[in-house]
Amino acid sequence: MILPLTIQDVSFEIGGIRLIKDLNCTLEAGPRTMILGANGAGKSLFLRLCHGLIRPTTGRVLWQGAKGRDPADAQAMVFQRPVMLRRSVAANVDYALKLRGMAAAERRAAVEDALGHTGLRRLADNPARVLSVGEQQKLALARAWALQPEVLFLDEPTASLDPAATHAVEQIINAIDAAGTRIVMTTHDLGQARRRGDEVMFLNRGRLLEKTPAERFFSEPENDLAQAFLKGELLWWQRGRDNLKRKPPKQRRQ
Amino acid sequence: MTDFSDAFGAALGLVLGFDADLAEIVGLSLRVSFLAVAIATAVGLPVGAAIALYRFPGRAALLVAMNALMGLPPVVVGLIVYLTLSRAGPLGVFGLLFTPAAMIFAQMLLVTPIIAALTRQVIEDLWVEYEEQLRSLGAGPGRAVPALLWDGRYSLLTAVLAGFGRASAEVGAVMIVGGNIDHVTRVMTTAIALEVSKGDLALALGLGIVLMALSLGVNGAAFALKEAAERRLG
Repeated sequence: MILPLTIQDVSFEIGGIRLIKDLNCTLEAGPRTMILGANGAGKSLFLRLCHGLIRPTTGRVLWQGAKGRDPADAQAMVFQRPVMLRRSVAANVDYALKLRGMAAAERRAAVEDALGHTGLRRLADNPARVLSVGEQQKLALARAWALQPEVLFLDEPTASLDPAATHAVEQIINAIDAAGTRIVMTTHDLGQARRRGDEVMFLNRGRLLEKTPAERFFSEPENDLAQAFLKGELLWWQRGRDNLKRKPPKQRRQ
Repeated sequence: MTDFSDAFGAALGLVLGFDADLAEIVGLSLRVSFLAVAIATAVGLPVGAAIALYRFPGRAALLVAMNALMGLPPVVVGLIVYLTLSRAGPLGVFGLLFTPAAMIFAQMLLVTPIIAALTRQVIEDLWVEYEEQLRSLGAGPGRAVPALLWDGRYSLLTAVLAGFGRASAEVGAVMIVGGNIDHVTRVMTTAIALEVSKGDLALALGLGIVLMALSLGVNGAAFALKEAAERRLG
């Protein structure tokens, strides 16, 4: 297991603007983490930093359990708008497995299995890029599933889906979680975070303001910005700077 | 005007009557251009893709040079290849001057920068869309090249066609290194130039008609293929 993942004093900046600020946290094996926050809070950047797609400007991302293994081999990520290769549904999954070095004979069974679990077997030979948005997101999950990652990062995987497709995607995420993969997911959907999250990380303006069990976050959030966010107050973020001065980033023990 | 219509009529007669000389010239032209473009494609696609994905010192200068080489004058290429393949040149021992092989070599030099430069643009655009996904799956630039070339295949077809257009239409390089020898190195463009200078407009026009028809046919087929594939595959 490559976990725990320790994010140590991580900042990320582009053109002198700090988008992630002095972030510290540890992700242990087990709970499903939902990352909440407004647009521009740094949720997607946080996932990309963890997944290694971008390097922190300062600080370190440490996969403490990797012990000499390449942690990239034990992770996968599903993007809000996944890119489908211009080939069939099955070939998209097969390509991901091929990149991980799986032999052709084993790949066939793994592709079948992943498509079966995501309800895409009947579409196996269809071109991936002409699937509906919901089906493409399922295929992205199938591709991730086939890799059998220890950690799966999901960047708003249901952002542009209708309720039925959202439900289908959530079911697949549940199944991946049940198979032992650690889920770390960003979402704007508070209901989804409540339904699917064991733990919530609340980000605002690139800072981690709260990391707490989901139940406690939704019943009694400590940070007043998180309280305003949960109440759905408009323009709550405008108070962000003053409140940040008053309340330093904090984490609770679970 | 009467001369033109007479010549046009005679030209059509040659084309429709499958004149043996005409067929021989057309056949050699196609062989030379297709082989040159095939080699240029095999070189230009990976080189263009690699330049699109890798960052290295001197890349900007290489891009400028590659783009400039797209407009390389055929006569200059012909001259360089001539000097290279002539008896006193570095490759003179192979005795390739005034053979179809020399013409293929010259056209390949003309076409490779075109295919490489257009490929670089197509792959760079695709990489913007694919980079995060491919890197997440474990493909760095090196392993991404084949996937990107495959996914960009319909756009890259345009690059190859541009190369074919350049190869089949140029006259300067093949004239210098081939010598326009009857039944040996005479291709459509050099034959047209010769027949016009001799005043035999019928054969020149006949060859012109075939050249235009080939160009239209190849491009039309490629366009139809691209459209159909994009509709089917997205």
